[in-house]
Amino acid sequence: MKKLVLSAMLAGLMGATAVSAADLNVALQDDPDILDPHRGNTFVGRMVFGPMCDALFDIDTSLNIVPRLVADWAWSEGDTVLTMNLRRDALFHDGTPVNGEAVKANLERALNLPESNRKAELASIASIEVLGDTQVAITLKAPDAAFLANLTDRAGMMVSPASFETAGEGGLVCAGPYKFVERIQNDRIVMEKFAEHWDADNYYFDQVVYRPIPDTTVRLANLQSGDLDIIERPAPNDMATIEGDSNLVFDIVTGLGFYGVNFNMGNGDRSQSPINQDKRLREALNLTIDRNVLNDVLGMGTYPPAYQPFSTASWAYNPEFDGGERDIERAKALMAEAGHESVSFEILYANNSAMQSLFELVQAMASEAGFNITLRPTEFAAYVDEREAGNFEVSQFGASGRIDPDGNFHRYLACGSAGNVGNYCNDELTDLLNQARVINDVDQRKALYDQAQQIAAEDLPALYFYYTPRTWAYSANLEGFVAYADGVLRLAGLKPKQ
Amino acid sequence: MELWQATGLSAACRFAKGPDAVLKLILRRIIVALPTLIILSMIIFGLQRMLPGDPIQTMMAEESDPQVVEFLREKYRLNDPLPMQYLAWVGNVLQGDFGSSLRTGIPVTEMILQKLPITVQLATMAMIMALLIGIPAGILAAVHKNSAIDYAANAVALSGMSVPNFWLGIILIMVFAVSWKILPASGYVPITQDFWLSIKSMLMPAFVLSTAVAAYLMRHTRSAMLSVLSSDYIRTARAKGLLSNAVIIRHALRNALMPIVTLATLLFGDLLAGAVLTEQIFVIPGFGKLIVDAVFTRDYAVVQGVVLFTAIGFIAMNILADVLYIVINPRLRHPQ
Repeated sequence: MKKLVLSAMLAGLMGATAVSAADLNVALQDDPDILDPHRGNTFVGRMVFGPMCDALFDIDTSLNIVPRLVADWAWSEGDTVLTMNLRRDALFHDGTPVNGEAVKANLERALNLPESNRKAELASIASIEVLGDTQVAITLKAPDAAFLANLTDRAGMMVSPASFETAGEGGLVCAGPYKFVERIQNDRIVMEKFAEHWDADNYYFDQVVYRPIPDTTVRLANLQSGDLDIIERPAPNDMATIEGDSNLVFDIVTGLGFYGVNFNMGNGDRSQSPINQDKRLREALNLTIDRNVLNDVLGMGTYPPAYQPFSTASWAYNPEFDGGERDIERAKALMAEAGHESVSFEILYANNSAMQSLFELVQAMASEAGFNITLRPTEFAAYVDEREAGNFEVSQFGASGRIDPDGNFHRYLACGSAGNVGNYCNDELTDLLNQARVINDVDQRKALYDQAQQIAAEDLPALYFYYTPRTWAYSANLEGFVAYADGVLRLAGLKPKQ
Repeated sequence: MELWQATGLSAACRFAKGPDAVLKLILRRIIVALPTLIILSMIIFGLQRMLPGDPIQTMMAEESDPQVVEFLREKYRLNDPLPMQYLAWVGNVLQGDFGSSLRTGIPVTEMILQKLPITVQLATMAMIMALLIGIPAGILAAVHKNSAIDYAANAVALSGMSVPNFWLGIILIMVFAVSWKILPASGYVPITQDFWLSIKSMLMPAFVLSTAVAAYLMRHTRSAMLSVLSSDYIRTARAKGLLSNAVIIRHALRNALMPIVTLATLLFGDLLAGAVLTEQIFVIPGFGKLIVDAVFTRDYAVVQGVVLFTAIGFIAMNILADVLYIVINPRLRHPQ
C-alpha cells in the first residue's frame, strides 16, 4: 500500500512537470523594458515584439527585405516616395483592420510621441498620405537607404490606434500571430495564438511564454529538464554539453553586432593620452590582438574574428579589410617609431564576466609588446555615465547590429553622431557615410562604405574583436527552427516534431 | 469580527487584559515607527541619488536620443532640485502613488502587489521549513550536549550557513528537475491557479533559503536551551519526577523561546525583503530580483517603493514579535 501511495505521488509530481505540446516556452537573457515598439529600447524587447507585432516589412535569412503587412510596394523616380499596398486580411488583436489610416497613425505616433525612440529611424519622412483603404504613400525629405530596413523592425511595427494610450503598461494590441495575455515582471510574458491572423496556419503553438532567465547555467538546466523548449544565447562553454545531449540541438549564425574597443579621440582631457593621440600606437595595439585566440578561448569557436563594423552576414562586409596576423615585432617597431618603449592606458568596460575575460586576454596579449593596460570594470549605469562624460581613455565598444550597414557605422563613427562617445571626427569619412545614406543602389553604397572603411582603417578610432554570434539551444522535439542574423526568433513554421 | 480577532491576536489579547491593551501596544509601536520611516525614506532617496549613473542614459543605452532623454528627465522631474524631487515623491506616496517604473512604465504599486504574494509564499515556506528543522535540531543538540547528536547537528548547521545558495540551488535542480524530473526546475505558479504545483515549484527555493535560517535557529535554540536547562527550576521539575519530555517542552523550551522568537521574526522579515540569488536560480519573480535590477538600472521609483514597503514589513515583523512575547511570556501579561 505504501509503495502504491509513493508511486502515485511520484506520478503526480512527474505529471505536473510535463509540458503541453501546444505551449512553447522560450527563455530570454533579460527582462524586456516597456512593451511598446515605439518606446522600447532593449534587444530582448525586440524578441518579444516579434510574435506579437507584425511590421510592415520583414527580412529573410539572407537579410533581404520581404513584405509582411505590406502586400507590395514601389519607390518613385528619385526614391523619395514609397507607395505601399497593404494586405487586405490583416487585423489587429482588437479586431480592427490594419488599414492606411492605422499605418499613418502609427508612423505619426512613432515620429511625434515625446518618448518615442524611433524618431531617428523615421526622421526622413516629410509626409504620409493615405491614398485608399489599403494604400499609403510616404514622402521622404531625401532618399533614405535605411528606410525600408527600419520598417522591418520596431519603427515599422503596427499598434492598434485604439490602444495608443495604454500600449506599454501591459495593454499591447498589435497585429502579429500572437496576442498579449499577461506580463509578470522578471517572470514571464505570456501570449496566445491570434486565430484571425492572416498567416495563422503557419503558427503551431496555442500559447507562447517568454521567460527572462539571466543565468546561462540556469537557462540550460531548465532546457534539460524540459521546462523550456528554446533558450537564447547559451554560454559558449555549454556548447559541448548541448551538442552531446541527444535531446537538444545547438544552432548558431553569425550576428550583425560586434565587440571591440573605441578610443577617446576628442571627448575631454583623457583624449590627450598617447594611445588616443598617435595612431601608430593604436595600430601597434591592433597588431598585438590575436582574434583567433579570443575566438578559441572565450567563444569556444563561436566568436568570429572581427576587423570591421560589418559582419559576414552583411552585404557591406568586405574581406579585404579582414586579417592582419598578430605581429609583436611590428607592434614594438611602431611603438619605437612613435617614441615609446611602453605605453600605459586604461580600458573602461561594463563589469560582467564576458567583458572581464575579454579584456584580461587583451591586457595579456598587449603586454607582450610593452602595453601596460589597467582594467577598470565599472557597474553598467556608471559605465554609461563615464563614457558620456568622456572619463575614459579606451572603452568597451559594442553594438547589437542593424540590418542596414548605416546602423553599424554612421551611428558610432560619423562626426557628432549619438553613439560616437569618443568624439572621433573625420569630415571625409562622415561625408562618405552621409552619401551612403541617400543612395538606394547597393553597389554604389558598398563602394562608399569601402572608402569609408579605408579611412577608418587608417585612423583606427575603434578596433573590432569579434562578431556577436546568435546562438540558440532547443529541444530536439521541435522542427522548423530557423536562426536569423538579427537574433530575433521567428515562430512561423516552428512546430513539435511529429 | 474585530480586527484583533481576525489577525489571530486573540490569545495575546486575552492575556493582555483584552484587545485594548494589544491594540494600544500596536498603535504605540506604529507611532514610534513613523519617524523611522520618514528618516528611512530620506536615506533611500538620498543614497540612490549619490550613485553614479543617470537613469535615463542607462535606460536608453544604444538608442540614446538627446531629445527623448531631455523629455524623460523633465517627465520624471529629474531636472528639479533634490528636495523638490523628494517632496514630490513623498506627496505622491502619501496619496498611495509610488510612481511608475522608468524602464517598463508599470506602476510600482502594481509591481509590489504582483510580487507580494510570491515573496510571502516563498518566505513563509522557507520559514516553516527552517522552524521544523532548526528548533528540533537545537533542542536535541542541547539535550544531548557533547554527544554524537550534538556534533552532527552542529556540523549540519555549519554546512547550512556555509553552503552557497547558488551551488545548492543548481545541484537541487540537476537532481530533482533534470535527472529525476519530479519537480519543476524553476518558475512560479500562483497558489490560486494550482495549489499543489505552486507548492512544488516553491519546494526547492524554499529549502535553499531555509538552510541558513534553520542553522541560525538551531544554534540559538541550542544555546538558549542549554542556559535554561541548567536553571534551578528545571532541576526542581526533574526532582519532582516530571517526565523528561514534559520538562524539556513545557518548562525549558517555553522559557528558551523568547530570544528565538526575536531572531525568527527578524529572519522572517529578512526573507520577506527578497533573496536575490535564490530568486535568480529558480526564476522566482520576487522582491529581491526586482530591487537588484532596479538598482542596476537606476529605476529610482521602483527602488524607493520596494525598500519603503519592505521597511514597513520589517516594522510589522517587530510588532508581531512584541505581540508574541505577550503570548509566550506570562510575566509580560501583567506589566504593572
